[in-house]
Amino acid sequence: MKAAGILLAIVLALALQTTIARYVARGTIAVDLVLVVVVYVALMSGSVAGLLTGTVAGLIQDSLSTGLIGIGGLAKSIVGYVAGIVGTQFIVTQPLPRFLVFFVATIAHQAITLGLSVVLGERPFGIPYAAIAGEALANAVVGVAAFQLMELLPGAVERRRMGKSRLRR
Amino acid sequence: MLGHVILISAQVNSRSGVSLLESVTFGAFSEVQRTSSSGFSSVRNVWNRYVRLRHVEAENASLKRELDDVKVQLQERRALADRARGLQTLLDLRDRSNLQTTAAEIIASSASPDFRTLTIDKGTLYGLQSDMAVIAPGGVVGRIVIPTLRASKVQLLIDRNAAIGALIERSRAQGVAMGSGDPRLRLEYVSETADVVVGDLVVTSGIDGIFPKGFTIGSVDAVEKSGPSYKRITIKPAVDFSSLEEVLVVLTPTPIHQPAEPKNQPAELKNQPEEPKHQAEEPKRQADAPKSQVDAPKRQADTPKHQAEAPKPQAEAPKPQAEEPKPQTEEPKPQPEEPRPEGGRE
Repeated sequence: MKAAGILLAIVLALALQTTIARYVARGTIAVDLVLVVVVYVALMSGSVAGLLTGTVAGLIQDSLSTGLIGIGGLAKSIVGYVAGIVGTQFIVTQPLPRFLVFFVATIAHQAITLGLSVVLGERPFGIPYAAIAGEALANAVVGVAAFQLMELLPGAVERRRMGKSRLRR
Repeated sequence: MLGHVILISAQVNSRSGVSLLESVTFGAFSEVQRTSSSGFSSVRNVWNRYVRLRHVEAENASLKRELDDVKVQLQERRALADRARGLQTLLDLRDRSNLQTTAAEIIASSASPDFRTLTIDKGTLYGLQSDMAVIAPGGVVGRIVIPTLRASKVQLLIDRNAAIGALIERSRAQGVAMGSGDPRLRLEYVSETADVVVGDLVVTSGIDGIFPKGFTIGSVDAVEKSGPSYKRITIKPAVDFSSLEEVLVVLTPTPIHQPAEPKNQPAELKNQPEEPKHQAEEPKRQADAPKSQVDAPKRQADTPKHQAEAPKPQAEAPKPQAEEPKPQTEEPKPQPEEPRPEGGRE
């Protein structure tokens, strides 16, 4: 059930990424919703779930891209695993720590991706500092917003139920 | 007595010939009428301007609603007009060029922000194949990398794995425009003696066998030179990739995909190796190409007619290029063997 939910989240993130992202994110500002899902799952469910989610999501994303298949999968697996460890070893329940985790995870993901590209002999290209910083910022904002939303939603449903039961009395 | 007086005075006429009694009576009554009319008007005005305001308010609200509806309709019409205008531009481009094309709608973008691709709504079902050029009214968009039955993935020019044979239209200097993942392209392998200045128009050279010759890539955005060699030439793409909605896919077969054979060639000649002939013709063709396009910059600057005429040489190009090696767009790795400017790479 949980695996199905994670798979659904990955598919939704990919669908959003391919349809909405090009209208929302322009220029150097980009957002990687799949990475946001990977880090979210890692923080919520631990390193193993983060590792598996990163592997699956990265491989799907790679297969839909024009680069070497596996680079993104490996990068997301590592990021998911490490984010899971951070989530279990540290208290990451406030927006600021979560923001930092998403921000650093995005930079780490880009560093691993660029490093693997160089090691595997891909065509050399400059390090797009501005693009990486923009993506890290965007991912962090979206990630924290996703956490807030997911935490608020069950509470809102509960409050509505409580309100209805009071009215009946 | 009083009756008599009234009767007698009633028969007395005024100077104007009107009965004095009638005149006095009418004058007095007209003042009554004026007063009553004024009072009635005031009441009516009060009614209309204050008491009936409720209806005016309702009418006002109704009119506002109608206005809102009309505004929405206007926006819809404007959107339709914009779409029609965009399609018209595509049709114009299609008519101008002699290439066989098909229009396609963009349905998605890349799954990863690190790669710049688009998904279009047509695939092999419509005759699309891998390595077909994709263009827009603004210029070149990219090439098809993965065609499926009903959709195709298009690699944009700005993708970091993309490359395209390019030409400075003014000075005819050749190079390779390469994507870097940024919104800008880099022009590599430009000769040290080439004349390149900011603002120069960069067009496709056609040597890659994928993109038709003469289509706009963009304009030179920055030129950095260290000593005699070019350190970095940046191109601003002519197409705004983030606002693309429809594109044209060039269906005209390129020599890489379908080696062209002359229709009127005798059957016995068709199986003979033609490589030497092609190689012999190639230098001549390349030497003629700049000459044939001496007027191209002027035409490009003056009128879009240039694009209609530019593809014509490409129509003949497949013959000599049939046996040429794979284009640079396909394989970036062999490029380092070419003369390379100092610091050309990052």
